Amino acid sequence: MSILTTDFMIRAMLAAVFTGLAAPAVGTYLVQRRLSLMGDGIGHVAVTGVAIGLLTGTSPTITAVITAIIAGILIEVIRDAGRTSGDVALALLFYGGIAGGVLITGLAGQSATTLNRYLFGSIATIQPTDVWVTVALAAVVITVAVGLSPQLFAVAQDPEFAKVAGLNVRFYNLLVSVLAAVTVTVAMRTVGLLLVSALMVVPVATAQQLTRGFRATLLVAMAVGTAASLGGVVFSGFRDVAPGATIVLLALACFAVAWPVGMLTRRRRRITAPFLETHADDLPVDLGHTAVPETHDHEHGPDCGHQAVTHGDHVDYLHDGHRHAPHGGHYDEH
Amino acid sequence: MTVINVQDGAVELGGRPVLRGIDLTISAGEVVAVLGANGSGKSTLVRAMLGLVPTTRGNVELFDTPLSRFKDHHRVGFVPQRVTAAAGVPASVQEVVASGRLSRRRIGRPVRRGDREVIRAAIEAVGLTERTQDSVSTLSGGQQQRVLIARALAGQPELLVLDEPTAGVDLVSQATFAEVLRTLIGRGITIVVVAHEMGPIEPLVSRTVVMRDGRIAYDGEPLASFHEAHHHHGHHHPDLDRAVDYTPGVTTPLDGGHPR
Repeated sequence: MSILTTDFMIRAMLAAVFTGLAAPAVGTYLVQRRLSLMGDGIGHVAVTGVAIGLLTGTSPTITAVITAIIAGILIEVIRDAGRTSGDVALALLFYGGIAGGVLITGLAGQSATTLNRYLFGSIATIQPTDVWVTVALAAVVITVAVGLSPQLFAVAQDPEFAKVAGLNVRFYNLLVSVLAAVTVTVAMRTVGLLLVSALMVVPVATAQQLTRGFRATLLVAMAVGTAASLGGVVFSGFRDVAPGATIVLLALACFAVAWPVGMLTRRRRRITAPFLETHADDLPVDLGHTAVPETHDHEHGPDCGHQAVTHGDHVDYLHDGHRHAPHGGHYDEH
Repeated sequence: MTVINVQDGAVELGGRPVLRGIDLTISAGEVVAVLGANGSGKSTLVRAMLGLVPTTRGNVELFDTPLSRFKDHHRVGFVPQRVTAAAGVPASVQEVVASGRLSRRRIGRPVRRGDREVIRAAIEAVGLTERTQDSVSTLSGGQQQRVLIARALAGQPELLVLDEPTAGVDLVSQATFAEVLRTLIGRGITIVVVAHEMGPIEPLVSRTVVMRDGRIAYDGEPLASFHEAHHHHGHHHPDLDRAVDYTPGVTTPLDGGHPR
């Protein structure tokens, strides 16, 4: 266990916790706006940013954050323009980003191994300054994403309504893009540029299996992200593997557990939802009395084992695709 | 008091004229139905009133303030035309309706008890109290439409603009909607409702505006449907008689290709 108390491991765990909180917080708004792959796109372009840092001998973190923010704004502008070719323009941006990154890294005389550290994360190379930059940026992202959640939620949910309500929709959309860009750079050292999008999206997908509301989804996603991120970094500390892979696989494992649970909960909620009395439409439909000649081998009751569902002033019992309600000496079909 | 004032309004979308020569004044307390066929410009008209599409000429004023300087956003409630109220992440009825309160909340100000009370009342007004904590994606189309109405009500607006609120909505929800509208009219709220057919709200309307080819073709006493616009005109109107199946894009309304 001594490895957990080494300096580099403590730094890595600190970075992991903040990354795990920040990435799903931003990811929730991306998923809400159906832009799940935006983080991926920004991550690809940030590869070029890292390579520029390697070539010029400046900090790759700084060049990456600048490139990522430019990419985020560019993507938002293209999306906002609403051209049908926007989709293609984004693809060009992504491919250009990663190809540029590989080329410039080569020109800088750096090996693919160096670039790999940024693509899939590498805890051993995290410097003390990196940790503080990561923690500070992540703290800003979390503060904004949670603090402005009413505004960001309204804009992502329905931009037109938000505009009429007086919110500056373009500003908030750009803000989410910039937050996503900063998060990509924050997550670069732990989960890596190519897998950062997974940490933004998978915890959200996991959370929404279990939640009915937005705020709950946001908070559960942040919890799942933190657990996966921390767990992945610790695992990669014991076995020398890229932390990005373990983080993403852990997050996917959470999803694999949450999905069937969510399925069952939703199914149960559907079955037990009361049948409504729908006479309010005044349609001349006879909803009255239909006695069923079918014989039942037991009397329906609270303990008969059949699903009981409230229906107006009585209870229906579900069996074999029927809704039967006891009435006098017989059963009514409902 | 004048709530909406449009003078010589014109709108182009993608270079194509969609609205032209719009003069419309709506006073406080009026209940105006905007009728028209698909593509007649009725949605664009209300969207231009709210500043959602820019006008290329003319003036638009809300509450006697030019749209560019209008800041009292809480005075306006908007119910957009929508198939669904759901987005990529689940959101509860409570949360969606609460977002309608933002026009009265500054950034960072927490939700106060008064806000909660208004939000609760808005949900109750549309009859969805029992579904407050449910995800909007689990509601029927008509119920989702009612969520959007409750969201607009949460801002306690003086003007409520609804774009096709009854399109594709079941009869129960339409009746509920008419009931909600009646309550609002009782409170003196000005209402502009875009509709294809009036349905159950017909008896509530005090004025009808019929749009045709981007112009106001009729403005006056309530009509049940835009087809009636023909028969209410004393004089012959070439605009109204023109074949409606001309090919859009070949000629535009401003090309002057039609003899007038």
